[in-house]
Amino acid sequence: MTEVMQPSFRLFSGRRSFLTLSATAIAMLAGNEALAAGETRAAATSDADILNTALGAELEAIAAYQVGAESGLLQKPVLDLAVQFQGHHKAHADLLAKTVKALGGKPVEAKKATDYRFPVERLKNQADVLRFAAGLEKGAVSAYLGAVPLFANRDLSKAAASILGDEAMHWAVLRQALGENPVPDAFVS
Amino acid sequence: MLVLVGTAFLAVAQPAGDPQRGEALYSRCIACHSIERDRTGPRHEGLLGRRIGSVPGFDYSPALRRAGSAGRVWDEVTLDRFLESPLRMFPGTRMTYAGVKDAQERADLISYLKQAGATP
Repeated sequence: MTEVMQPSFRLFSGRRSFLTLSATAIAMLAGNEALAAGETRAAATSDADILNTALGAELEAIAAYQVGAESGLLQKPVLDLAVQFQGHHKAHADLLAKTVKALGGKPVEAKKATDYRFPVERLKNQADVLRFAAGLEKGAVSAYLGAVPLFANRDLSKAAASILGDEAMHWAVLRQALGENPVPDAFVS
Repeated sequence: MLVLVGTAFLAVAQPAGDPQRGEALYSRCIACHSIERDRTGPRHEGLLGRRIGSVPGFDYSPALRRAGSAGRVWDEVTLDRFLESPLRMFPGTRMTYAGVKDAQERADLISYLKQAGATP
């Protein structure tokens, strides 16, 4: 759970998890443009672009986990894990899309499943699926790490950093499931 | 004068890249890119020497389409600048990523992209 700024509001994003955002970020989600005063049009456009790039990647992750779950290659409890992580990505995508709209942008949409062209021919067993997912999660950590410094609105930086933390947990858990050191380094990059 | 010119040349020369280190660094890119298929970002197959913004069917930002229309190509110099700060080089790019600030890491990545992305 992330404590950002006061006053804050808990956005329910799952059965047991919460995302706490600042009043400014929530106001943007609610479409309250008045509280976004002070943010220039150019900065707002740029923040929406950054969020949309992240949204595209989250939508792909949702589709990738769907492919993994439907592959028949995952056994419980790994299958339950994949479904849970997919749920997190759906929560990320929902928040990103709402914020893009609040900033006056048009959220990118999910592609048709076949248009993602996942390398399913290389997924022969559970370990292959886990490795594929772990690679995507690690990439997401790096992508958010590269995005956090760019936001004009620092509340969005905090929200993105919160998502980064979740992706990093996914990555570590998937590495553990593969029998690898779940936290190989002191820093991510 | 010759010493000053030589020093200036050394200051801008890129370090030699290691494609093996570059492959490890490429893990930072795979949220959005792959060598062989278009994703949130365009594929990297055939990147070196490719006109900017030219993968058929990929929805590029206007910024990169303009660069391509102006005849600019991805080579070691343009890639190095872009990887250092995508938004500084092409404001409006959808590669909304702060950049790879370490010159050696950029050289390693470019070296990997040259090798792995060579069109078969």
